[in-house]
Amino acid sequence: MASLIPCPHCGQRPKEEFTIKGEALARPAADASQEIWFEYVYLRDNPRGAYREYWHHTSGCRRWLVVSRDTATHEIEGVRDDAAREAAAE
Amino acid sequence: MRYSALSIFLNGLRGNTAWKSAWRAPALKPHYDVIIVGGGGHGLATAYYLAKEFGIRNVAVLEKSYIGSGNVGRNTTIIRSNYLLPGNNPFYELSMKLWEGLEQDLNFNAMVSQRGVLNLFHSDAQCDAYTRRGNAMRLHGVDADLLDREQVREKLPFLNFENARFPIQGGLLQQRGGTVRHDGVAWGYARGADSMGVDIIQECEVTGIRRGNGKVIGVETSRGFVGCGKLALAVAGNSSQVAAMADMRLPIESHVLQAFVSEGLKPFIDCVVTFGAGHFYVSQSDKGGLVFGGDMDGYNSYAQRGNLATVEHVIEAGKAMIPALSRVRVLRSWGGIMDMSMDGSPIIDRTSIDNLYLNAGWCYGGFKATPASGFCFAHLIARNHAHAVTREMRLDRFERGYLIDEKGQGAQPNLH
Repeated sequence: MASLIPCPHCGQRPKEEFTIKGEALARPAADASQEIWFEYVYLRDNPRGAYREYWHHTSGCRRWLVVSRDTATHEIEGVRDDAAREAAAE
Repeated sequence: MRYSALSIFLNGLRGNTAWKSAWRAPALKPHYDVIIVGGGGHGLATAYYLAKEFGIRNVAVLEKSYIGSGNVGRNTTIIRSNYLLPGNNPFYELSMKLWEGLEQDLNFNAMVSQRGVLNLFHSDAQCDAYTRRGNAMRLHGVDADLLDREQVREKLPFLNFENARFPIQGGLLQQRGGTVRHDGVAWGYARGADSMGVDIIQECEVTGIRRGNGKVIGVETSRGFVGCGKLALAVAGNSSQVAAMADMRLPIESHVLQAFVSEGLKPFIDCVVTFGAGHFYVSQSDKGGLVFGGDMDGYNSYAQRGNLATVEHVIEAGKAMIPALSRVRVLRSWGGIMDMSMDGSPIIDRTSIDNLYLNAGWCYGGFKATPASGFCFAHLIARNHAHAVTREMRLDRFERGYLIDEKGQGAQPNLH
């Protein structure tokens, strides 16, 4: 794992400041079918290679970030604030 | 060749130059009745029991590297059957019974040592939980003894009983638990399977699964196509990758878990001890090194190496439990890729494709399960229905809501 994470708000920060939540999946609608919820809760692509996951900058700006990372080499390709996606979608 | 004291003596007279390889290096045949993907402990044990118990000998084990290069040679060598739930306990107890007869069965010294596994507790609530677990074990016919503080002190006087936050109140002991030389297990099963005609093909990576009429007809490998009647997957951390070749998505994430060994010390710890307040467990190998581990790193990974923050965390927990560790030097640390299932329990089941079988989701606990996993997986492949002790380890339990909630940690893999 890289030692420094480029936080879009705080700059290069040590990874110990962050908490990793898991894969950055889009949450289904509350009334989505059981099948869709089952896939969201349990099934994973679990890729070897490019992967996007939620990180919380717990000891920094306390923002939820989406980190693009390689699961085989641990290289970090990019980091953005999760709100940026929501803003882009609106 | 059968190993015995006489064979050691006679080979010694010949300068130990006449030993034969323990298994062959056969050429790949065009077709097998059963192909097992993964030459780790579980895959080799499956091949061994398929040949020995179920009479299926036209079997190949395909391994992309050398056998035992994955998790079977990377774990902390602990065996135990101290499980709570009826979906788990009889399975792990079957494994323990197979461990107890393993070396005679295989004619191979796997150094099975039933030195005891002691789980410490630090509060009244933990004492209640371990009492319940011990009672559940005894109801399943498994040995369990609840030790009070003084009994633990007599056994392990160097523990930090006066830890201000986590004073040690006692422990749950399974005396039949212990350790096994882990790579010896892979070698023993490989030798046993090979002697019954199983082909162990090393340096042969499966790159695709070929299907026809809704069934698997063979696998593409780095050495070309091989046909098969049945295909069995036992590839641990790579389960999602291989299953994806058959368009399956599994309830599994791959995470890295580290293990450590210290410099060699004089005899110090004569059982396996686990810390109930943090996640730390330690035993002492026959060479004298302390073998220990703790939490997994907590992020998806296929790199067989870990993170320094986790190293610090594990060693802090170890020092909290045994202050004398503060001056011990760590020799090595390494990582293995765990197939973390969403409920923390394994899967041994058929799949939606008729002749494709899955053995995965071992989380922290694959090594101790090796014999029973191989036995039950072989039973499933040969008979096409689950062995009684694995009937709850189904692939569809997540969809149906019948989780095996042994750790009580729910579906979030990041809580494992």
